[in-house]
Amino acid sequence: MALKIVKGSIDRMFDKNLQDLVRGIRNHKEDEAKYISTCIDEIKQELKQDNIAVKANAVCKLTYLQMLGYDVSWAAFNIVEVMSSSKFTYKRIGYLAASQCFHEGTDVIMLTTNQIRKDLSSPNQYDTGVALTGLSCFVTPDLARDLANDIMTLMSHTKPYIRKKAVLIMYKVFLKYPESLRPAFPRLKEKLEDPDPGVQSAAVNVICELARRNPKNYLSLAPLFFKLMTSSTNNWVLIKIIKLFGALTPLEPRLGKKLIEPLTNLIHSTSAMSLLYECVNTVIAVLISLSSGMPNHSASIQLCVQKLRILIEDSDQNLKYLGLLAMSKILKTHPKSVQSHKDLILQCLDDKDESIRLRALDLLYGMVSKKNLMEIVKKLMLHVDKAEGTTYRDELLTKIIDICSQSNYQYITNFEWYISILVELTRLEGTRHGHLIASQMLDVAIRVKAIRGFAVAQMATLLDNAHLLTGNTQRNGICEVLYAAAWICGEFSEYSMQTLEAMLRPKVATLPGHIQAVYVQNAAKLFATVLQKHEGETDSQAAQETSQLLIDRLPLFVQSANLEVQERASCILQLVKYIQKLQQKNVEVAEEVTALFAGELNPVAPKAQKKVPIPEGLDLDAWINEPPSESESEDEKPKVVFAKEEPKHYRSRHTEVDEKELARRREVRKQEQANNPFYIKASPSSQKVYDAPGVEHIPVVQIDLSVPLKVPVLFNCDLYLWLEEERQQKEKAERKKKEKKKKREKRGKGRKADSGPESEEDIRPAHQVDIVTEEMPENALPSDDDDKDPNDPHKALDIDLDKLLADSEKLPVRTHRPEVLKSPAEDRDSKSVPQETKKKRGRGGKEKKEGKEGERKRSKEEKKKKKKHKEVEEELLESQPEEAVQSEETKEAAAPPTSTSAEASDLDFWLSSAPVPPAAAQEVTAPSSAAAVDTSSAAAPESEPDEPKDTEPEDTKSSKHKKKKQKKEKEEKEKKKKKRHHHHHHHGDAGGEDSVQNGTVEEEEPLPVMYIYSLLAENSYIKMVYDIQGNHQDESKVVVSVIFENKSDSFLKSMEFNVLDSLNSKLQRPEGAGPHDSLTVPFQLPPGVSNEARFVFSVQSIVMPQKLKGTLTFIVKSDESSTHEKLDFKLHFTCTSYLITTPCYSDAYAKLLESGDLKGSSLRLEGISMPFHHLLARICFHHHFSVVERIDSCASMYSRSIQGHHVCLLVKTSVFIESKWEESSLLGNVLDEIKQTFSKC
Amino acid sequence: MIKAILIFNNHGKPRLIRFYQYFAEDMQQQIIRETFHLVSKRDDNVCNFLEGGSLIGGSDYKLIYRHYATLYFVFCVDSSESELGILDLIQLICFVFGQVFVETLDKCFENVCELDLIFHMDKVHYILQEVVMGGMVLETNMNEIVAQVELQNRMEKSEGGLSGAPARAVSAVKNMNLPEIPRNINIGDINIKVPSLSPF
Repeated sequence: MALKIVKGSIDRMFDKNLQDLVRGIRNHKEDEAKYISTCIDEIKQELKQDNIAVKANAVCKLTYLQMLGYDVSWAAFNIVEVMSSSKFTYKRIGYLAASQCFHEGTDVIMLTTNQIRKDLSSPNQYDTGVALTGLSCFVTPDLARDLANDIMTLMSHTKPYIRKKAVLIMYKVFLKYPESLRPAFPRLKEKLEDPDPGVQSAAVNVICELARRNPKNYLSLAPLFFKLMTSSTNNWVLIKIIKLFGALTPLEPRLGKKLIEPLTNLIHSTSAMSLLYECVNTVIAVLISLSSGMPNHSASIQLCVQKLRILIEDSDQNLKYLGLLAMSKILKTHPKSVQSHKDLILQCLDDKDESIRLRALDLLYGMVSKKNLMEIVKKLMLHVDKAEGTTYRDELLTKIIDICSQSNYQYITNFEWYISILVELTRLEGTRHGHLIASQMLDVAIRVKAIRGFAVAQMATLLDNAHLLTGNTQRNGICEVLYAAAWICGEFSEYSMQTLEAMLRPKVATLPGHIQAVYVQNAAKLFATVLQKHEGETDSQAAQETSQLLIDRLPLFVQSANLEVQERASCILQLVKYIQKLQQKNVEVAEEVTALFAGELNPVAPKAQKKVPIPEGLDLDAWINEPPSESESEDEKPKVVFAKEEPKHYRSRHTEVDEKELARRREVRKQEQANNPFYIKASPSSQKVYDAPGVEHIPVVQIDLSVPLKVPVLFNCDLYLWLEEERQQKEKAERKKKEKKKKREKRGKGRKADSGPESEEDIRPAHQVDIVTEEMPENALPSDDDDKDPNDPHKALDIDLDKLLADSEKLPVRTHRPEVLKSPAEDRDSKSVPQETKKKRGRGGKEKKEGKEGERKRSKEEKKKKKKHKEVEEELLESQPEEAVQSEETKEAAAPPTSTSAEASDLDFWLSSAPVPPAAAQEVTAPSSAAAVDTSSAAAPESEPDEPKDTEPEDTKSSKHKKKKQKKEKEEKEKKKKKRHHHHHHHGDAGGEDSVQNGTVEEEEPLPVMYIYSLLAENSYIKMVYDIQGNHQDESKVVVSVIFENKSDSFLKSMEFNVLDSLNSKLQRPEGAGPHDSLTVPFQLPPGVSNEARFVFSVQSIVMPQKLKGTLTFIVKSDESSTHEKLDFKLHFTCTSYLITTPCYSDAYAKLLESGDLKGSSLRLEGISMPFHHLLARICFHHHFSVVERIDSCASMYSRSIQGHHVCLLVKTSVFIESKWEESSLLGNVLDEIKQTFSKC
Repeated sequence: MIKAILIFNNHGKPRLIRFYQYFAEDMQQQIIRETFHLVSKRDDNVCNFLEGGSLIGGSDYKLIYRHYATLYFVFCVDSSESELGILDLIQLICFVFGQVFVETLDKCFENVCELDLIFHMDKVHYILQEVVMGGMVLETNMNEIVAQVELQNRMEKSEGGLSGAPARAVSAVKNMNLPEIPRNINIGDINIKVPSLSPF
């Protein structure tokens, strides 16, 4: 019998499947963890079995445990075992487990490659499907690279079930292995027109996802998507496409025009709210991309706003929410049409749903004007009082501050009102934003000079009532405000000197250390002012009393635990004691004391610190002293001499107090309050009675204005509202007389009214407010945009898809365990890819090619390696997919340059078939069509003149950008113009040009277009131009970029580039190549196409110019014949090609000249008649100099050689160049070259 | 893109989790807790969109959820997904559950109780895999989804399914090192075959 039980339970043990496990867990509620741990032990036993069924069962249970939060990565290998089972049942379990717990760090993933490949090619579609689904969750870069080709084949599978999964997973593959995008894209595009709707939808999905990140590369697909949009009936597909168009329209306004009509039709016809909403959204995007004010689009705006209003008024909260969300998008460009629905939005503020209230708050931000700001804020203040949750209330608080402070306090007419609002906000219980309020107070007080008197009065009140703010421990956040208050009172002490006593109360010692420090410091400032005021008086009683006050009170702070407070207090105490002595001798000290705090503090722009350029030669990472040894540094941990000061404890201590303690404290506090004459209790009538226990519910103290207490009244904002109205009415009456005159002016101002209601300009601020602009460092670098996240995987997918597919870009085809060992060089290469893509954004054309170049090189290397390992059968297998790829290639290659440009012009044609808009619109389209041309020219392999063209719009763009940002600084800038130092930040060839444009101011005439490439050699087949550039990192290397242009009608291939090395300069060849071997140019040239290759040369001495002889051999392949051709050339390494544009600051420059290490020489140029700034630009551009300083027609310039020689140049009145140079033989050569440059023109 | 799909009950117990971006297990549990905290305090008559999940996503991500009887279905999506579309998708998934589990033709999920999900977590995953793959919507045609799920289940049945395992397992036991086993046996388990579908 007993045996039977044992046997039965053994059976059960293995019988325990997922259901039993779940049941067991549910029955062991009390000791769940223990039960699960025994289960895991069982599972471990099961996994040791050979039986795959038992293993699968165990893995299935593990998947469940994983959901409960148990780490099951220890079973990863078993999961792989189950995955490789031949039975679908087990395979599915294995893949599910893998998809739940595998990730890039899982090392057994390496083992799965072949298994997955096998499953992908399984005859059973569900095996394939399961593998694809699993892979979509744990694909790694290695898997993506190895399997990309297999998945691509599956995209043309016969079963739509597989096709759609294969299409969808390609997106994941692209993310992990960006190189696969270009070869796979043609097929992906094909799938947009797949007969199966599921596959089609998957393809749309993938392309939308891709295009969302890099829309410009997908513009050419617009006609296709347009067709889909008008033909598809699947709402999912429609939504995706419409969303995609939303992303594309900003790039191509003409597309927007074309879209409006079908979208409006959809809006009218569809019954699906989701579709309607997305249509409205895209129409909004279109309208944003088109310039506003076009008459025929106001109807569309009206339609959108109208539809949105319907959504917002709907009882469905979801629609309401989305309606508000979309409204906020319209708000940015068409504020007026939204402002007319103010009532509705204000109504939403009262909604019970917090999400909706928050959305409505967002909208308010854009709806304020000078006129209604006070009213809206008043309403928000009411909400603040009503709001229960602290998060929502904090949100309200930040919104109020946001709304008021937006665009430099644009809408505030009365700063007294604003200060009172801020003061009123300090009454908030338990807010986290004390700091925010404090910084606003400081900001306003500093920047608005006229308000200082008032602000000081208010702050003095705050300080006087500090106990209200700090009364209970929960208000810690808000006591930050006292920091601002104390500082303002001290800094602007000339306005009021009453607060000294309040700032030195013993209670202050309970405040956080940093606030106490400010108190002490500002008490000293106040003291200085008091002294000065009483100086002239015969009776020095008052001044002496003040000194005595300080001497009495400061010792309290000298004992402070906070080091900062202590230090300041003891310093000031000694100072005051000394002053007192002098006072007793009737010595006049006030002036000297005030001198301590002389000088005005100006606001500094938030980014100013970041923009201070690092002076030349300063290495911030270098050690100043010898680095201390390890052991020493441990000893040097700051020893606490006095009491330990740890502000962090401060806070945590408060949060840790338990419930009882809180209750006790509340009780004590109540007692205290009862005895405290300064504490004003809430009157029961005006205040709800809260009986909830939480501290959050302590009633907000309402200050009863009718009680004639001594406590100064905190201002009420309603008062201002009333005052403001009165004032405005008065002004209106006055203005009516002048109205006619005004009208004329208004017309002149025209557009300004866009930002708010028209009458806005009529409202004059209550008092003259001068907003001090923020200071920037003298030679601040121009703003660098906030870079996007460099880790964004989508960056790597910014790939030009219209470009021809190169031979080397094919997907790696299966090999036996492909070599993954990367050579270090390759490694570096792959690292540099993201950098290059980053550069792509910045400079367009050229870098793009370089990026490609790198890719190509890499895949080539990879290929080479693989070849070694290929076996015969593998090659057989390979040939098939390769053919497929090649056939596509040839398809495109058949009309090489035309296919790409044709595509672009197709787009143009398709777009231009839209009804031609009125003249105003034409203006808009003009630049956009230029942009379209730009993309097409980028698509076609570039020809040399594109280069400077490309950089020019870039320059103007950046300067535009700068203008916007520095608008306010402009005036200042112009004042400083003469003094201003020129600064440089760009390197490379464009750098020179750029820096000059930065330095020279707008009035000067535009610079001529300059070509950096010079001719290398040319015959009837090919033209080569080249440029030589130094390398920052390596002092013995220069890079020669050569652009090869095919001038013939035939195909040029197997180009080989060779140079006869000299002793001094050598072409860098790959390892293993002999010194006379030639380098293969890594591309072929179809007719009319040009491409760029780069060659690295190592140089030893750079003092002399050099010429290297070389040859280019290539095969010309035309329809009938192919011939071998040869072209000789001479590479001219000038001395200037060894120079690198390096920025230098005038002080460093001056030091350099003073050092006396430089030798000088001069040069006189005759007969030059170009403007001075052209001359400078030329020197910068062709000779890699940068302008250090320019005063009238005299400029100092600087450059550095790759080996670190300094070159200084003084250019005077366009005919005389004086230069200094460490290496005199170099000097002569460079000057000669400069002379040559100018003799040419 | 969909970043995660979470199904949990009114007490925050996970019933299905599916992350399309890697998070370690403890992080996953934190996310579930946070999401539950955010979602559960909302009334049923407020909107189904939520911003502000701090652990998962960020400003570009939204939580979109539906609340059915005892279960919350939460999708964490980025801005490329249509909000209303995802709400429809959740409903669609529930309909599919209804068809697969209860085989009702009235297509109503409410008839599928939480228990179906609890005991068939694997099946729920398989269904979900036919709708969403790697964070992207794969199929929205309900008939197609149901058909594919059924076909795969049929295939599993033809292989004998997992239930075929125990018989083979017993034979495996015989080869086992017997003395070791009894220690691991929890006798209490034996009599819990009776389904006790109590507490909600």
